[in-house]
Amino acid sequence: MTPLDSDIAHLLAGSMLLVSFLLLYQDRMFALLNFFALHACVLALSVGWQAYLQRAPHLYITALIALAFKGVFIPVALHRIVVRLGIHRTIEAVVSIGPTMLIGMALVALAIVVMLPVTATEGVFVREDLAFALSVLLLGLLMMITRRNAVSQVIGFMSLENGLILAATGARGMPLVVEISVAFSILIAFLVIGMFLFRIRERFDTVDLQALDMSRGEASGGEA
Amino acid sequence: MRVAWLTQLLQIVLVLALAPLLTGVTRKVRARLLRRRGPPLAQPYLDLLKLIRKEVVVAGNASWLFRTAPYAVFASTWVAAALVPTFATGLALGAAADLIVIVALLGTARFMLALAGLDVGTSFGGIGSSREMMFATLAEPAMLMAVFTLSLFAGSTELSSISAFMLGPHAGLNISLALALVALIIVAIAENARIPVDNPATHLELTMVHEAMVLEYSGRHLALIEAAASVKLLLYLSLIACVFIPWGTAVAGAGLAAQAVGFATYAVKLLILGFLLSLFETAIAKMRVFRVPEFLGVALMLGLLGTILLFVSRAPH
Amino acid sequence: MSVAGPWFLSELAAGCVGWLLLLSPLAILIARRRHGSGLTYGACALASCALALVALLALLSPSPPAAIELAVGLPLGRTILGYDPLGAAFALIINVATALVSGYAIGYGAHAREPQRVVPFYPAFIAGMNLVLLSRDAFSFLVGWEFMSLASWALVASDHASAENRRAALVYLIMATGGALTLLFAFGLLAGPSGGYGFAEMRHAAHLAAAPLVLVLALIGAGSKAGLVPLHAWLPLAHPAAPSHVSALMSGVMTKVAVYGFIRIVFDLAGPPSWWWSLPVLVVAGITTLLGVLYALMEHDLKRLLAYHTVENIGIIFIGLGLALAFEASGLKAAAALSLTAAIFHVFNHSLFKSLLFLGSGAVLHATGERDMERLGGLIHRMPVTALAFLAGCIAISALPPFNGFVSEWLTFQAILLSPQLPQWVPRLIVPAVGATLACAAALAATCFVKAFGMTFLGRSRSTAAAEARETDGWSQVAMLLLALLCLLAGVLPGFVMDALAPVMKLLLGARLPVQSSEPWLRIVPIDSARSAYDGALVLGMIAIAAAATALIVRRFASHALRRAPAWDCGFPDASPATQYTAGSFAQPIRRVFGGVVFRAREHVTMPAPGDTGPARLEVELHDTLWEALYAPVIRLVDAVTARVNLLQFLTIRRYLTLVVSALVLLLIIVGATR
Repeated sequence: MTPLDSDIAHLLAGSMLLVSFLLLYQDRMFALLNFFALHACVLALSVGWQAYLQRAPHLYITALIALAFKGVFIPVALHRIVVRLGIHRTIEAVVSIGPTMLIGMALVALAIVVMLPVTATEGVFVREDLAFALSVLLLGLLMMITRRNAVSQVIGFMSLENGLILAATGARGMPLVVEISVAFSILIAFLVIGMFLFRIRERFDTVDLQALDMSRGEASGGEA
Repeated sequence: MRVAWLTQLLQIVLVLALAPLLTGVTRKVRARLLRRRGPPLAQPYLDLLKLIRKEVVVAGNASWLFRTAPYAVFASTWVAAALVPTFATGLALGAAADLIVIVALLGTARFMLALAGLDVGTSFGGIGSSREMMFATLAEPAMLMAVFTLSLFAGSTELSSISAFMLGPHAGLNISLALALVALIIVAIAENARIPVDNPATHLELTMVHEAMVLEYSGRHLALIEAAASVKLLLYLSLIACVFIPWGTAVAGAGLAAQAVGFATYAVKLLILGFLLSLFETAIAKMRVFRVPEFLGVALMLGLLGTILLFVSRAPH
Repeated sequence: MSVAGPWFLSELAAGCVGWLLLLSPLAILIARRRHGSGLTYGACALASCALALVALLALLSPSPPAAIELAVGLPLGRTILGYDPLGAAFALIINVATALVSGYAIGYGAHAREPQRVVPFYPAFIAGMNLVLLSRDAFSFLVGWEFMSLASWALVASDHASAENRRAALVYLIMATGGALTLLFAFGLLAGPSGGYGFAEMRHAAHLAAAPLVLVLALIGAGSKAGLVPLHAWLPLAHPAAPSHVSALMSGVMTKVAVYGFIRIVFDLAGPPSWWWSLPVLVVAGITTLLGVLYALMEHDLKRLLAYHTVENIGIIFIGLGLALAFEASGLKAAAALSLTAAIFHVFNHSLFKSLLFLGSGAVLHATGERDMERLGGLIHRMPVTALAFLAGCIAISALPPFNGFVSEWLTFQAILLSPQLPQWVPRLIVPAVGATLACAAALAATCFVKAFGMTFLGRSRSTAAAEARETDGWSQVAMLLLALLCLLAGVLPGFVMDALAPVMKLLLGARLPVQSSEPWLRIVPIDSARSAYDGALVLGMIAIAAAATALIVRRFASHALRRAPAWDCGFPDASPATQYTAGSFAQPIRRVFGGVVFRAREHVTMPAPGDTGPARLEVELHDTLWEALYAPVIRLVDAVTARVNLLQFLTIRRYLTLVVSALVLLLIIVGATR
């Protein structure tokens, strides 16, 4: 592996982190979906590059799955859902963007601190790649907890999963079966959540998840 | 030594001579992308000429600060631009100021201009100064963070050394560099009052920031401020070219042929960057004023992230 | 060894301090005479000049002057006075500023309504600060410290008619007492059970297990005097409450004595630092820097704005000190010397420009009777000299080249860029964050001083007092211009300052920066010329040449016509000065971006109903979150306790006796139990 090869791998992994930050920054639904598609595309590139480096053909399949499902299918489907539900205007954030980014920075620092001692024997790049993957994962979680809207929560969840795949391919040795099963589980999760979205919408005329909480409060109040 | 001084002198004149042309190119490209014919490339020169021939109208209560600020703004911007290597590194005066100083010189220019905006005591001048400074409170640290990333990477804050390091064998692709580049681009857009942060060509006063600040200026004073704005745009593009696309730049003490090659590549780089800038500007809509801090906040975060990554990964063991 | 000269220096310095102490009672006698205050201030200025000269000679002499011993002090102890390089450097810094401030006071003090409340304490204040720097033992250090605190307290309380000032004085007294107490404990720990209170003995005994505790105590004791967040609460109250020349001394000079105290204890006396010592210092310093400038931006009172900026600058100084601790603990001597030089350089710079700015605000206050920027404006026409000097101070404090504030921040940035060399992970994550904070604070400071200068001196007058202002007196103008000139000189010739600080570095760290004065073209090279260099003189020269060339070209080719006309303002100029941007509206974007989190800022807009001709109202709600979170509960607790204890005033004699007897019995029991 030449230095340039590992540089590119590192750059792609870092770009995932960059796009994760850009996901946090978006305040429009369609832009969010586009950036999620970009996230998946960068993941596909990164996995594809790893496949080339490790001479591991099954990773190409993983990359293709990522590209097809998360880069194209899911964004397009979500796009349609958003249009049909008419919720493209805003993403309601619980915490405003500035503080969210600050928390994100702190999470990245945390990821680095956690990963450093664990991988002290590895080289700089492996260490940083793992730190990137963990950061992407944490940023996905952060997105899920700082957004009210169900669609953006779904996206946060999927970007989290992208982080998982990034970590797995970097770690060399996740069998294809696992990856496919993960991919399908994600798909199923997507379907379930998609159905949920419509159900929520039917019931409460909004996909703001606060409505669910309120309804729970009402229900318990009603029973009492 | 003599070559260094010659290069330096040439560069001092060059930045001044090329800056309006660059502005003309970006305007032209933007107009063509919008399927308009656009003004001729030489229009900025003609504008400047026209302005310095005009009578100056100064508000009755303007002070000496209002009349000297354009000179201070123009001089510090010009000095800053003369210190960024364009077609050749190894400038004679390069050792006087590193990248941090260049950022700070632009800060001095901004400081004086913001004061001048407040001098007459009009509401538009105030709104422009206030918002310009608010953008700067995020843009300047973001820029400094990008500078930190570059300097940590290259082990120097001197632009010539950074440029030489980028050409050398140790550079390679690095995520921190990518982060610094994105941060630098965002800062460049904000600092040069380009779309989506500000619109240099708007005629709606409430949406202007930079233009509102200099609303009271006319004649030769306005010419100096506009020239300074052009020079600043050239400075940022030269900076990006010098650090991120250093190929072709003549190194210190190079011969005439290398200088010529450096000159040609520099012109090409400027054209490409100017084209990209215009393309970006036509592709995006201007954002609300209070969306800008978030946009610049992203730049700050990215710069900081790049710095932290370098702090961690470049550690000796 | 040429003993005679250096010995003479300590004597001279002690003599000057004694002369200042003697001046205080003298001033009581002559304060109300016609030229009494002027004479006193003049004498103070002379003494400060002499002290500065002595300190300069002590700093430059190859061997530090021999200390003198006086047979007064603690039982079995003695008082040792004399300058070592650290003390001499700080003495030079504070006495340059003090001399100019005293010169200003010759003119400014003549306007005082009750000079007898200010003049006698002024020499004692200066004497106290100088005694701290001159002392070589803990006893005289603390005596000087208390002199400084109490004299400045009296000066803060001098205008006791307003309730706000009385509150400021009370808060100051409490904080100063607490700070001195923690320093006393710190020295007690350093002296150890053997009780050697001389600095030399403490240094030899430096081995302590209690060193971390000493660090914390020094951070609290010196930090409360200097204004580190969250111990800064008294500073923006007390500094503005005093007369302006005293504010200049308190903000520009006294805080530097506090920094000296910290350096003396932590770098000199407490022994070799551990690496984690830098962490609390860096974190507190970063928070102080950012919060100080944000508080200042929300402030409309000119003097309080300046006081909050002192908090910010103290943060910058402590960032340098924290970096120096981190580097020194890891054995990176050159980097430690760079950080410490940056910190002390900033001490020097801040003493110049903060004194200058407070003097300028004093001139404005005297000319208009206003400290509120919302009622000022347009003073550049009425007070051109003050405006020019104040502008120089604004550029300097905003860390813009070619003035001095930029050089020290540039050096601090260079030190930050060296910190990837640190072997520990934690500082390597904290230092970049601190660097980002510093960069943010520098940009925010520029915004803040555009506001301060713009609202005070530019635009149209917002009140009749501002419209009829008169330029201040000659003494004040000369003092301010000299300070402005020093700001420029220190920015243009930083190499000499850095070289002058080299003996301090050698004393504290055993290393120094490369010699700067041998560099070509007056440039400074902190580490290596391939790494970074700055040439203030050349930058100033280039700007001057560029501006002159531009002016020449414009003069040659451009139209010379100039017409005065009403302001354009897009065709809607309004005659009322009230339609200008105000300080509040200038800071509004910052308040929206940063205020929501830091100050819990809320805006309440009340629009009249359609058809209603009443005015719309915009109310801004800001919270001093630190005060409410930290101080308010303590005050409530103290109030509750005192309300209870107050009952003791109304007991019968029998009950008082019962209390006394039971206390006696309790003490006896304790004595019996411990024996």
